[in-house]
Amino acid sequence: MKLELRGITKRFGALVANDHIDLTVEPGEIHCLLGENGAGKSTLMNVLYGLYQADDGEILLDDVVQRFSGPGDAMAAGIGMVHQHFMLIPVFTVAENVMLGHEKTRAGGRLDIAAAREQVRAISSRFGFDIDPDALVDDLPVGVQQRVEIIKALSRDAKVLVFDEPTAVLTPQETDELMVIMRQLKEAGTSIVFITHKLREVREVADRITVIRLGKVVGQASPTATNTELASLMVGRAVELTVHKDPAKPGNADLVVKNLSVIDHRGQLVVNNVSFEVHAGEILAIAGVQGNGQTELTEAIMGLQPRVTGSIMLDGNELRKASVRTVLDAGVGFVPEDRSEDGLIAEFTIAENLMLDRSNGEPFVKAGTLQLGTLAEFAEKTIVEFDIRAQGIGTHAGKLSGGNQQKVVLARELSRSLRLFVAAQPTRGLDVGSIEFVHTRIIATRDAGTPVLVVSTELDEVVALADRIAVMYRGGIVGIVPGTTPRSVLGLMMAGELPSTPEVAA
Amino acid sequence: MTTVSGNLATPSSTPASKIVLATAVVKSWKSPIALGIFALVSIVLFGVFGRDGTSSFRLSSETDFVQLPVLALPTRAAGIVLSILLVLLAAYATWLAYRARRVNLWLIVVFALIFMVGFLSWASAGHTMPVTGLLVGSVGLSVPLIFGALGGVISERVGVVNVAIEGQLLAGAFVSALVASATRQPFLGLAAAMVAGALVSSVLAAFSIKYLVDQVIVGVVLNVLVTGLTNFLYSTVLSPANETLNNPGILPRIPIPVLSGIPIIGPVLFRQTIIIYIMYVAVIAVWYGLFHTKWGLRLRSSGEHPQAADTVGINVNRTRFWNVSLAGAIAGLGGAYFTLGSIGGFSKEMTAGAGFIALAAVIFGRWDPIKATFAALLFGFATNLQSVLAIIGSPVPSEFMLMLPYIVTIVAVAGLVGQVRGPAAAGKPYVKS
Amino acid sequence: MSDSQIPTQGPVPTPGTVQGEQPAPAAEQPSRFSGVLREIASGNALISVLAVVLALVAGAVLIAVTDPGVHAASAYFFGRPLDTVNAVWTAVSGAYTALFQGSIYNFGRPTFAAGIKPFTETLTFATPLIAAGLGVALAFRVGLFNIGGRGQMLIAAAAAGWVGFSFDLPWGVHLIVALVVGIVGGALWGGIVGLLKARTGAHEVIVTIMLNYVAFYLLAYMLRTPGLLQAPGSSNPKSPAMKPTAVFPHILGPSYNLTLGFILVIIATIWVWYLLSRSSLGFKFRAIGENPHAALTAGINVKNMYVYAMLISGALVGLAGANQVQASITSGFGSGIDAGIGFDAITVALLGRSRPWGVFVAGILFGAFKAGGFTMQASQNVPIDIVLVVQSLIVLFIAAPPLVRAVFRLPAPTVTPRVAPAKISGKKAVVTK
Repeated sequence: MKLELRGITKRFGALVANDHIDLTVEPGEIHCLLGENGAGKSTLMNVLYGLYQADDGEILLDDVVQRFSGPGDAMAAGIGMVHQHFMLIPVFTVAENVMLGHEKTRAGGRLDIAAAREQVRAISSRFGFDIDPDALVDDLPVGVQQRVEIIKALSRDAKVLVFDEPTAVLTPQETDELMVIMRQLKEAGTSIVFITHKLREVREVADRITVIRLGKVVGQASPTATNTELASLMVGRAVELTVHKDPAKPGNADLVVKNLSVIDHRGQLVVNNVSFEVHAGEILAIAGVQGNGQTELTEAIMGLQPRVTGSIMLDGNELRKASVRTVLDAGVGFVPEDRSEDGLIAEFTIAENLMLDRSNGEPFVKAGTLQLGTLAEFAEKTIVEFDIRAQGIGTHAGKLSGGNQQKVVLARELSRSLRLFVAAQPTRGLDVGSIEFVHTRIIATRDAGTPVLVVSTELDEVVALADRIAVMYRGGIVGIVPGTTPRSVLGLMMAGELPSTPEVAA
Repeated sequence: MTTVSGNLATPSSTPASKIVLATAVVKSWKSPIALGIFALVSIVLFGVFGRDGTSSFRLSSETDFVQLPVLALPTRAAGIVLSILLVLLAAYATWLAYRARRVNLWLIVVFALIFMVGFLSWASAGHTMPVTGLLVGSVGLSVPLIFGALGGVISERVGVVNVAIEGQLLAGAFVSALVASATRQPFLGLAAAMVAGALVSSVLAAFSIKYLVDQVIVGVVLNVLVTGLTNFLYSTVLSPANETLNNPGILPRIPIPVLSGIPIIGPVLFRQTIIIYIMYVAVIAVWYGLFHTKWGLRLRSSGEHPQAADTVGINVNRTRFWNVSLAGAIAGLGGAYFTLGSIGGFSKEMTAGAGFIALAAVIFGRWDPIKATFAALLFGFATNLQSVLAIIGSPVPSEFMLMLPYIVTIVAVAGLVGQVRGPAAAGKPYVKS
Repeated sequence: MSDSQIPTQGPVPTPGTVQGEQPAPAAEQPSRFSGVLREIASGNALISVLAVVLALVAGAVLIAVTDPGVHAASAYFFGRPLDTVNAVWTAVSGAYTALFQGSIYNFGRPTFAAGIKPFTETLTFATPLIAAGLGVALAFRVGLFNIGGRGQMLIAAAAAGWVGFSFDLPWGVHLIVALVVGIVGGALWGGIVGLLKARTGAHEVIVTIMLNYVAFYLLAYMLRTPGLLQAPGSSNPKSPAMKPTAVFPHILGPSYNLTLGFILVIIATIWVWYLLSRSSLGFKFRAIGENPHAALTAGINVKNMYVYAMLISGALVGLAGANQVQASITSGFGSGIDAGIGFDAITVALLGRSRPWGVFVAGILFGAFKAGGFTMQASQNVPIDIVLVVQSLIVLFIAAPPLVRAVFRLPAPTVTPRVAPAKISGKKAVVTK
């Protein structure tokens, strides 16, 4: 089926998320939609899928103009979508998830689960998936959940399949497998729209590439274009892919983590017997695919995990059983992974957010009373220093752009005197300008002699920042290698394979 | 109380498609401790403070085919035997916990039953406990709770927290009395009660879905509104014309042939009014519908992950609106039981918090219609036990028996039955983002 | 990275920094005057006023529909329609005039001192409403829904009452001890909820509802048990009268009922304002209320804060409870001593938008409804329950501004009406109000 978008425009208030976007996907083609976070890719696809109504423009399938008032219409027309955040109901089985919305019933209105099971099996066998139709989705690993999403779309005879950032949660190996599936689908005649911001994947699988930036199509490219060309098209200027950084001058091992394990509410060891050290003046990056225990590891260090065994020594003090307050007071700065959920209070002003983790004593609190004058003075100074663009210190944090929100978090954490800096996914979802700012600040913190622990799922970021790299896989550390380790080796380690010459740092 | 013993296995390198993390051994001591405390209470109560005499249980009523003999137990001896059984069960639970195994629900149920028999025989020392009457009364008191709980289950399963069950019951009670009296048609009264309940809950649905008002707030305010309205209208409309407008009469009991003659079960389940028979159907229909039909699948998907439901073409807000209204209709029937089923007239605030107990039953029953029904029966039993004990002269002040359902609920939500997990999206309005 | 030489086909992008801020809206600036009008029309204050108007209109409809005079006139509506109109006018204006004269100023009295007495009655009724409303509002700000006002008031009233009638203490000391014991009682009853929430994650809505009933039955038991709270020599479930030394003095002389309690709630309002807006504890409370995850990550002990918040919330509700026995009903109390204030407090807090002074004003408004409601009931035969209806409608309308706007055909607010442009370095802008 041929898909054509003509002049799609979508506005949110004053923001134009999609500005007259044209896109043509030929039958049996893998068409990549490349763009930065926030470029408007997902908005465009939600318009295509009927979740949003376009303000202007039209959608054509095989040259027939379509009117989608909801996802049901889009599906009926043959469009399927594999969402970035899986649209699966965790407490339902695979079969139930697949049948939802187009259920077959028997006498008495009874759901025909058997038919749904059969459908799951039939599609699975076509692509060589091994999926139990009666398994609860919640119990399946993410890679398998994604396949359930694919089965869901195919069970509705999707002729155009949209993959929205499908590789974000996959290991390199799983990504390769997904590429194989995509090619299989293509051979079966399905048109595929593949949305991503990862250049390597684009070049591997795409037949054609459309690049969008700030809601507009800025160009098309063929898969043989270089990374640099694609990146500059995507970002709008020549991109320096690495931040300048002098060699590290590591000092003492200030943070020593030994045999650390974290047990989650299901009793699983989400962090399993992990040991490492971070020296003063070095950046240790923790690489790995999302969901391999990195989040829980940083939370354990911060005192946010309830069941932790092992030891976390900072400057010779045990922090394992410490409360978050004690950890912060010990001089640990923390940039949480989910900025809007854990880092900021959207309804609070910038100033209030800047004092969020210092609400106990001097300088912002005296005798239990807030010192608003001191706070205002501090906030004024800080928004200049950290280049936070806002109307003023009284602006609510929720009104800021992602980059400025992250700067508020950084400003808060870095304006204390730190003994350890922990940054989890510090640039997720940020524009390139903000990424540079954050990276520069992190390196400056290192250069000031603070041990820095960075967690990132983006290999680019790991390589740009790290002096040493620890790769996590299924809760364990596969190995700790120098920052100069080639990406191919890191990729293998992220899939759990030990490098042939592991260079485990002391 | 949980203890954790260290990591067991290191990750093996199986293919990437299946991530199986090593698990830690987790021992939960909650259940053994709770059971231990109750076993101790039983030793103290039935043994140390045991009462002498004979506890008699009358099992049959006059209309049964077979007349069962009165069961007579020596109070102290029975108490001691049952206490020992309880101690053994608690010890077994401790052993299970020590071996890091889960304590089964059946064990807790058996424990609770034995404790209850022990308590009854202790309380009825020297008297005769009319078992059938006790159960019949319990079912009666449970009816509005069960209808309310069914409404609550549906509403919360579809994603709208329903604190307004009380208002729906009260509206149902008022309107059924009015309509049944005015038309002299009890069945019209039942239908009107459903409409009234649905109206109340459609306001809840509209405010929470269209205007995105916090669902608990709307629920609480609706209860006040319905209380005010029914009080006002009772004073201005019903009570000046009590004979014509508030005199619906009570629905007749319809014994089901054969079944109604079985001892205990017959009078309890099969010699009841039409409302109770409707209730049996409703419980089964809601259970079947929720878990085995298209309606239920879509309903639950709207309450668990509305966005996912939306992406497969389900209109989440419409689903929520109509099902919340349906939930209100069911709760309204429960309201009608107050007027048409048991009392035969409306009086101010006659539901007296039954809606809140129904809400408790929803949670206690973990959002499952069958379990919620049993929870409602349990609460009805506790309430009725209190009045029966008051008649035969109970050693426990009746107020403490009346408190029991509420305390049991607090203990339940505080985690004795494990972390209660409701529908994931209940309470959250669905806004397309 | 391989470097194949296939050029990109699109336009060559021009270098330039990526804008961090989203582009400012380019909407044309309306004239200053219409902007101000629009601001007023879409503002909160107007919505609140219109919500009250709308609720009063609904109340008027109820009064008219149920008025016997209107009924009589409508029987010959087609003959003399004006009679019906007149009857409606008589009923509604009579009721609302009584409401006004009973709550604000009675023009029928000769002197100002006598004419203003209704307003002092309003303040008297407002006193416990404000205190309990502050308690509920404070919990709201921490993200907790305290529906347990009733239970906290009952416990507080029992505690203060017990000190008040059973001890002989000097004037002043007795009053303070009774007050403090009452407040502590309320705080502890609220604190249980905070503790359970913090330790087990039990949902506070359920626990507070259940504790209301536990408190009710507990009090009922104590009131009928000689030696606890029951008046000696009486068989009624009622306590003895308070000793005069424990009763709040009248602050405007003996001819007005306004007592020290009103001064206490003014102090409480100021204190709550300070607590929420200017104190470190309040900062933490608000942080948790807005985003508990971020608060936790920032080292705020969320669990402890839940306990503190519920203690303080319960204490404020306890103040209302103590006021009931030390000022409102000093002749001995029964188990209905809470007089529904625990639930009214929720509507007061909602109407006051959980801001201390908002609650103060809302409390006075609802106090006026109560004071006037009794006059209306006595002189016009309109049951006071109409007040409940009007109050709950006000809250519903206020919670759904789009509904009020639709009724009055007001313009929708501009995109961000709630957040006024921040003044740079203005002290007021530093913290959220």
